[in-house]
Amino acid sequence: MNMIVTPTSSATPNGTTRPQVRIVIVGHVDHGKSTLVGRLLHETGSLPEGKLEMLKAVSARRGMPFEWSFLLDALQTERDQGITIDTTQIRFRTNSRDIVLIDAPGHAEFLRNMITGASQADGAVLIIDALEGVRDQTRRHGYLLHLLGVKQVAVVVNKMDRVDFSSDRFKAISEEISAHLNGLGVTPTAVIPISARDGDGVAEHTDRIGWYKGPTVVEALDRLEPARPLEALALRLPVQAIYKFDDRRIVAGRIESGSLIAGDEIVIMPAGKIAKIKSVESWPLTPIASRQGAGRSVGITLDRELFIERGDIIAHAGAAPRETRRLRARIFWLHDKPLAKGDQLLVRCGPKESRATVVAIEKAVDPGELSSSENKAIGRNHVGEIDISLSNPIATDPYTENPRTGRLVIEVSGRIAGGGLVLSVDAGQRAVPVDIVPVESALRPDERSARYRHNGAVVWLTGLPASGKSTLARALERRLFTNGGSPILLDGDTLRAGLNSDLGFSAADRSENIRRLAEVATHLARNGHIAIVAAVSPAREDRATARRIADTAFREIHVATPAEVCEERDPKGHYKKARAGALASFTGIGNDYEAPQAAELVIDTSKRTVAEAADEIELMLKTSGVLFDELVDLAANI
Amino acid sequence: MDHLDQLEAQSIYIFREAFARLKKIALLWSLGKDSNVMIWLARKAFFGRMPFPALHVDTGKKFPEMYRFRDHYGKEWDLDLRVEPCPPIDAVDPTLPPAARSAARKTEGLKMALGKYGFDGLIAGIRRDEEATRAKERVFSPRGLEGNWDVRDQPPEFWDHFNASPPQGAHLRIHPILHWTEADIWAYTKRENIPIIPLYLAKDGKRYRSLGDQDITNPVNSTASTIDEILIELEQTKVPERAGRALDHETEDAFERLRVAGYL
Repeated sequence: MNMIVTPTSSATPNGTTRPQVRIVIVGHVDHGKSTLVGRLLHETGSLPEGKLEMLKAVSARRGMPFEWSFLLDALQTERDQGITIDTTQIRFRTNSRDIVLIDAPGHAEFLRNMITGASQADGAVLIIDALEGVRDQTRRHGYLLHLLGVKQVAVVVNKMDRVDFSSDRFKAISEEISAHLNGLGVTPTAVIPISARDGDGVAEHTDRIGWYKGPTVVEALDRLEPARPLEALALRLPVQAIYKFDDRRIVAGRIESGSLIAGDEIVIMPAGKIAKIKSVESWPLTPIASRQGAGRSVGITLDRELFIERGDIIAHAGAAPRETRRLRARIFWLHDKPLAKGDQLLVRCGPKESRATVVAIEKAVDPGELSSSENKAIGRNHVGEIDISLSNPIATDPYTENPRTGRLVIEVSGRIAGGGLVLSVDAGQRAVPVDIVPVESALRPDERSARYRHNGAVVWLTGLPASGKSTLARALERRLFTNGGSPILLDGDTLRAGLNSDLGFSAADRSENIRRLAEVATHLARNGHIAIVAAVSPAREDRATARRIADTAFREIHVATPAEVCEERDPKGHYKKARAGALASFTGIGNDYEAPQAAELVIDTSKRTVAEAADEIELMLKTSGVLFDELVDLAANI
Repeated sequence: MDHLDQLEAQSIYIFREAFARLKKIALLWSLGKDSNVMIWLARKAFFGRMPFPALHVDTGKKFPEMYRFRDHYGKEWDLDLRVEPCPPIDAVDPTLPPAARSAARKTEGLKMALGKYGFDGLIAGIRRDEEATRAKERVFSPRGLEGNWDVRDQPPEFWDHFNASPPQGAHLRIHPILHWTEADIWAYTKRENIPIIPLYLAKDGKRYRSLGDQDITNPVNSTASTIDEILIELEQTKVPERAGRALDHETEDAFERLRVAGYL
């Protein structure tokens, strides 16, 4: 029998009650970061016993005055050079927070360490020397915080003792840095005058900064918010590996956002295959019935054997990431050799990797200068916006939609050379799905046709704008429905507002528009419905494609109303606009409508009423085996 | 997710990345509290089994309780256990202070084991909060051909993307519990009911906070005889964890010299 022990709060360090906040301290070299850290540790009672004495003894041995910064400079080499080399992580506590301090180095040479540190931070302290003011590196670090998505920034104006605690000097710096950060979309949570060496403003207000009424550094840290949960976003489970250690085939990865539970319908991107989560596996207890949310490393099994590989992304059906071979990204560059147009790289989005080429460099900025050079290479420690072409399709999100999946790193010769945020995803050519297993309907075609009294079909109405296609289609829809059938109208314009809203009117987009219409219509036809498509579909080749897709279910109707009649009608005003030159690539004015040569039916609406035209279509559908003939049916019942 | 859940998920992620991206890895099992937690996390990552060897580089000077623990749980956890000896003390850099020199045997033993098996990745249970030089480590930390660590030229590591392509012939150290603290290790050990070596629990007013070789490891004064009591002690103490490890305190830079040369 298990004894349930109620842990005391002291027995659960970092337990459920005290939020943990990871912060980074950044700023120009020599502006006093290490001193502030040493002072913070001392003020919050976080120093190990004997540490201070040890450091004082070390200083004495070297004949140097004691420096707070020695605390972090534990490495011999650093003490010799007087600069901090690398990110270290130190913990201390404020009233209500456990703070993990990532000490980021300020020396320009070590920017990559700062990025390593700052990328893990929930908040930041930007430190500025009161005498020197805002420097290039101050600006660069501010910019990088913005780039890394660190939104909570407290500004500390240090060494106020060197400017006689002048409130005017403080105000000037405060205004300059606030303007710079505001320009990046970052609002400082506080701007605090301090002397890290003497302790003013770190944990206490002193008389020397009596004119300052805001929070101390410790108070400002106490107000930082821990990272927000990602559970509210769409499910993203990048696949790290597939394990087959026993009879289970486990798909393993970490849920980056959203949540999942056994039974969920999922889609595997970029291939687009659909499956159900059969179980969520674990150890030592398995399976897990509860919902698993963002941050969990999980293993799932699926209800069918599908080809999955490392780098695929599992999402919920209907909320999948976009799949692409083209990306635009805002990146920071850490490599010695500048990044130029045409460079070959390796791009990593989570576990997915793809070879890539830099197609274009849109911007190259030195964040210190904030001057943009035109389409040049991106130098070391600079940032820029680039277009990347990928050799394998990857599934990703713009970072504004998903901060976890919308970021990438760039490798050069097996070493991380830069990183950045996905700004936009160009829907490119779809990869051909390799092993899609279509799910068969539960119903047999004859079950449906017995109810609707017709077989499935695609009735394709083509013709000039305003030739009467939609009017005819609606009349046919009403008539078939009245007779107990199952007609479904697919109007070209209506679909362009939704399914095909990503398409324009170039020849390629028009072809794609027709292809999608044909695919949807054919799916409906295979399931026993009569899909009535009303679309100009001017290109003969596109209609041939549609016929190929729908195969024997295809019935083409050419609504052959003369052009001058169509223009006279002009219900949507398109002809008028096109004549005025305001509507490019409009079919009707030019001679780009290729009339069908072997349509199942040709109708001139200028010579017929709508009802007459509908009669003709109905007859054609009967004679071509779509609609069941009443007589045949009666005969069957005798 | 509570704090321990987050630590666990992150460690599992690191294990799976190491297993996916490297060809031949092993876990360094020192038989102490940290590497036992590490093995537990590996079994979580791979659903009950550790799909790579546990390497124990044996100085021959561990406590008998540690050897008993190794032999018992090596079987019970179904580990592919490889025990590798260390060279004698004369084979080690004589300019090192005595305790560090003793510890450096392990570095040499490690190099020999690396040569023997050709591992390209070694999983080690070091933690950032243990010691200042370890605080500067990367999760995937490249080692030179001599097993040495170049602290001035570490690759950038961010957003859980790790540099996993060591140069030909060199290897990587992988640190799945770098982000854990001493208290985290104990809280997790208790929650998961992971077996421990009794030397960690106080007897006659003394206990070991950290276990190394018998000749260079000393107990600390303590009355903590259960994990709960250890956690309370850690909340209150300001004595560093490795206070009982002689090699950390001989000279100011002894430990760093060891690490740069390839010590864990």
